[in-house]
Order: sequence, then structure tokens, then C-alpha cells
Amino acid sequence: MPHDAGAPQKTYRWDDPLDLSSRLSEEERMVWEAARQYAREKLLPRVVSAYAEERFDREIMTEMGELGFLGPTLPEEYGCAGVNHVAYGLIAREIEAIDSGYRSAMSVQSSLVMYPIYAFGSEEQRRKYLPGMAAGRLIGCFGLTEPDGGSDPASMRTTAKKVDGGYVLNGAKMWITNSPVSDVALVWAKLDGKIRGFLVERGTKGFETPQIKNKLSLRASVTGEIALTDCFVPDDAMLPGVEGLRGPFSCLNKARYGIAWGAMGAAEFCLHASRDYVSSRSLFGRTLASRQLVQKKLADMSTEIALGFEGALALGRLIDQGAWVPEAISMLKRNNCGKALDIARVARDMHGGNGISGEYHVMRHASNLETVNTYEGAHDVHALILGRAITGESAF
Amino acid sequence: MKVLVPVKRVIDYNVKARVKADQTGVDLANVKMSMNPFCEIAVEEAVRLKEKGAATEVVAVSVGPTQAQETLRTALAMGADRAILIQTDQDLEPLAVAKVLKAVIAEEGPQVVLMGKQAIDGDNNATGQMLAALLDWPQAAFASEVVIEGGKAKVTREVDGGLQTLNVDLPAVVTADLRLNEPRYASLPNIMKAKKKPLDVKELGSLGVDTAPRLKVVKVTEPPKRSAGIKVETAADLVSNLKTAGVL
Repeated sequence: MPHDAGAPQKTYRWDDPLDLSSRLSEEERMVWEAARQYAREKLLPRVVSAYAEERFDREIMTEMGELGFLGPTLPEEYGCAGVNHVAYGLIAREIEAIDSGYRSAMSVQSSLVMYPIYAFGSEEQRRKYLPGMAAGRLIGCFGLTEPDGGSDPASMRTTAKKVDGGYVLNGAKMWITNSPVSDVALVWAKLDGKIRGFLVERGTKGFETPQIKNKLSLRASVTGEIALTDCFVPDDAMLPGVEGLRGPFSCLNKARYGIAWGAMGAAEFCLHASRDYVSSRSLFGRTLASRQLVQKKLADMSTEIALGFEGALALGRLIDQGAWVPEAISMLKRNNCGKALDIARVARDMHGGNGISGEYHVMRHASNLETVNTYEGAHDVHALILGRAITGESAF
Repeated sequence: MKVLVPVKRVIDYNVKARVKADQTGVDLANVKMSMNPFCEIAVEEAVRLKEKGAATEVVAVSVGPTQAQETLRTALAMGADRAILIQTDQDLEPLAVAKVLKAVIAEEGPQVVLMGKQAIDGDNNATGQMLAALLDWPQAAFASEVVIEGGKAKVTREVDGGLQTLNVDLPAVVTADLRLNEPRYASLPNIMKAKKKPLDVKELGSLGVDTAPRLKVVKVTEPPKRSAGIKVETAADLVSNLKTAGVL
């Protein structure tokens, strides 16, 4: 049977050009739909004011918890949903379509705190923290980056010293999502020269989390420092299951995979907003949508988004099969963040003067994506990871 | 008390419907489909009745293609206990659906049938009423509040000019209006649990119901485009224009 005219029962859908949804399972589609509905109906109405006021609504965490969006890939016995990584990616896509800050809050909780507690924590630590974190009653943060530079965590200065009954932590962490509102911080520190993870609870003496104000990006998410001054934690605060950079890096891999989906979710929102805008805006007697320059921009955006999602889906399937490697995550994190940032900037441009208004959302996405392109491994640093894998030579 | 909730898979309310080139219907080729919003409200109400202890079992039923299983899974994820798909690729008219539901009810024996007042595709607003007539049960359509007690349902209905409250004997058919409740989102743990809940599939033909169409669709067209209005200079001009248009 000749296929050169395409399948007769299919029509091209500009909003799903490669028919990605047909390659999802029923369960994945249902999770996607739940995330989309929640994000559009509950997050979108509050994001404009939250961004303007630099406000993070605490109840978002409990709402996400009720829906099972926090630590969703972890097992049911810890209060989690046990969905696969493709479903996790689809949630990130829909949450970040509203705001990268909301997705950041979710990723940090899920991938950077709950996942390492599950993977490297003792059974007691799992039971103590995971159910509360899954429900959003407890908020976690992840203390790795230090003020002297985020891309070189091996040179961290925060230290842990063994003392009777526990450890004493000293040092400072910077750019920590959720730290001012966190109930527990996973702090990475060097113990006898080796990196270890410590769970530090709110209220511990010598543990402070001042907020970093006046950000021009991710304003609907709180960011802070962690200051540790002779901070004593008991023996059972240390994650027993990991030492060295493998600990923080394995968490970051999970989060970066989610970002590969999420950044494209933000880009997709920008494409849809731009299409709506140019379809209704007329200049010189015709809609902007009827212009070649505008159509080329839309075609470029749509193509990059479709390819970005295909990459994210392929990666998600590899993760679910246990067949992934970190370089592949670097590639997709880097590509999708960089492309999403470009798309959001073009979308801002296509909205003309209205594009700078909060009500049109696109400039907020562009500002947010500046951070998303930088955090969790900056665009150039991921290039070096790929370059090292291609050539065998480290350029770090 | 068992509650039966019929649910329909329809074109998603966010999708802009397009008419097929040959004007025989709406183009459904890889268009996003979801549960009819009024059916979601009915599922939510049934689940709330169960949570309040007024109902013991919620059974969702759909009449439609294989893909309607996904719609039923959504109902299960919202809290229905089990589901039945009467499978057919035919596009059934309200009377045929009512007859099919009557056959399902004969087997299931529910005390309450709680369903959406209409589906947003055909907007017929007929199946619930026809079903009640076929069963010879009381009906309470357009419910904005439902209270079950003492073998009766107290149903507040939205009618022109206010609210009407009916007490109906059970079994009865109740159809849900928009303001009955705000449906919950299916949570991830419940989506996972829904996979394990029973979903029976029966062929439409096995019920022995006459579902032949009674209506013939002549043509389906897009709504006419609104043409631009005119501006008048004076009130007198306005009145004379209205008279010409035959409005006054």
C-alpha cells in the first residue's frame, strides 16, 4: 500500500506535529491531563501577581502534594505515586508552561531532596521525611552551590567535622531554591575531604536561610542562602548511602531530565500565545499571522519544540529502562533550555509592545528561562561535558 | 445504594471544532478528546455521595469506541469503583443511548442514575429525560444540589427565574447542571489505583437493543461569520433602521 500521501485518517496538528501524544500510555496521558488542568486552572490565575510581588504561595506545595506531583516516581509505600519518568516529565512540562519558578519548587522537592533521601537515605530517614514531603507538608531544599561558583562543586568549602554524637557543619550555600521556606535542607559538605549529604532541620542552631531579594527572574519562587555556623546535627542526619560527587550529581541528573521537558513546556506556552496574538492582531490591513516573517518565526519555534519534546520523550524511555547515561541528559537539558530561551525571546518580540506586559506572560517566561538556562549546569558547561565525551579531552 | 454514572467521551472543550470538508460532521481525526464536563460533575457528585456514606458503589458506564476506556479510567481515577464500556463505533442518538442504558440498568439495578444534563458535542439535553421515560422512573433534571435520605432524593433544580426543589422517590434519574459541584482533579495515586479497578467491555450487539438512527443528518456547517455592524447618526435613524429590520 502506498504511503506517499500520508495516512488518510490523520491530519496535521500544529500543536502536536509529530503526534507525540499517540506514543504515550493511557496512564501517562491521564497524568498529563491532570497536570495540565491543575496548572491552567489553579496556577495560571495567581502567577502574574505572585511574580510582580516576588511571592511564593506556600499552599502550592500542599496542592501539588494532594495531586501526587511531589516525588511522583518514588514508591507508594512512602506516600508517593510510583509513576514512570515520562509521566514525571509531562508534569514538569505542564507546570513550567505556567511558570519555571513553580516547576523549580516541584523539581527541587522531588528530584533534589526526596530522591536522594530515597536512594541514599536510611530506612528511618525515608520514613521520617518522605511521606510529609510527598504531601507537601514538609518543604525541602538542596544546598550544593556556593557563593564562589556553582559549576565546580568539587571545590566546595562547606565542611563537616565529626564530633561526639554527630557532626558540626560550617559554610555557606548560595542560590538555594526554597531555602527560606524549607523545613529541611539537604546540605552537601566535605567530611575529611569527602563530600557527604546532611539533613539539617529548621530550628537547628547555627542554621540560617536569608532570602535573596530583588531577583529579575523566577520571582514566583523563593531563593535564599544557607548559612551554617557551628551547626550541630546528630549522627543520623547524614545520608549513609553515598559519598563523593556521585551523590549530588545523581540528584541533578533527575532534575535536569525534568527541566528538559519543563523548558519546552514554557516554550510551548510562548508559541501558543504568539500564535493567538498574531492571529488577532492586524496591522496595515492584514493580520500579523498572514506575514512571511511572522510565519517563519512560528515555523522555527514549532519545529524546535517538537524536536525538543521528542528528545525528552526518548530520554524518558531510556531512564525508565535504566539505560540512560548522564551525557544524554546534558544534551537534552542544554538543548531544550537554550532553545526555549530563544523561543521565549522571539515570542516577546512577536507580541510587540504588549509583550512587555505581565498579562501576556511571554516576557516572564523569557526572564525565567535565563535562570533555567544557567542553573542545574549552565549551557556552556553542558557543552564541555559533551565535548569531553566526543573528544576524550577535558576542557574544564 | 448503587449509583450508576453514564459518561461520554467528547471533543475536548478547549478544542476549536472544525467541520469536515464534506459537511457530514465534525472532524474528529486526531483531535483531543476528554470526558464531557457535565459527566465529570456527575461523577464527582456520585463519588461525594459515596464519601458521605449515602452511596455504597459507584459504577461508571460509557457507550462508545474502544478509546472511551480512557474516559472510564478517568472516572475510576476520580473515585468510581468499577466501569462498563458498551463498545460501538456507531455514533448513537440520545434515544439509542437511553435504550442501551436501560439494558445496563436492568442488569446493574442502581437506585440512582446520575448523569450530565447534556454532552457538549451534540448539546441534545435529552438522554437523561428519555431514559427516565423508558424506565418509568422519576426524573430530576438540571440539579444544582442533591441530597439522598430516607429512600428519596431531594434535588434542587435550576429553572428560569429561580430554584425549584423536588422530592423524588428512588430509583430515579438525576441530571447534573454546571453548578452542582466543582469536579476534583484525578490525583496521581488514584490514577495508578484506577488501573487495577475492573473495567468490563461488552459489545453493543450483545445487548439486543435497536440502536438504528431515527434522524438523518442533512448537512453540518460552521456558524455564519458575524458581519460588521453599522453606525447611525441619530436616535431617529436607529429607530428607522430597527423598523426596517423588522425588530420593532
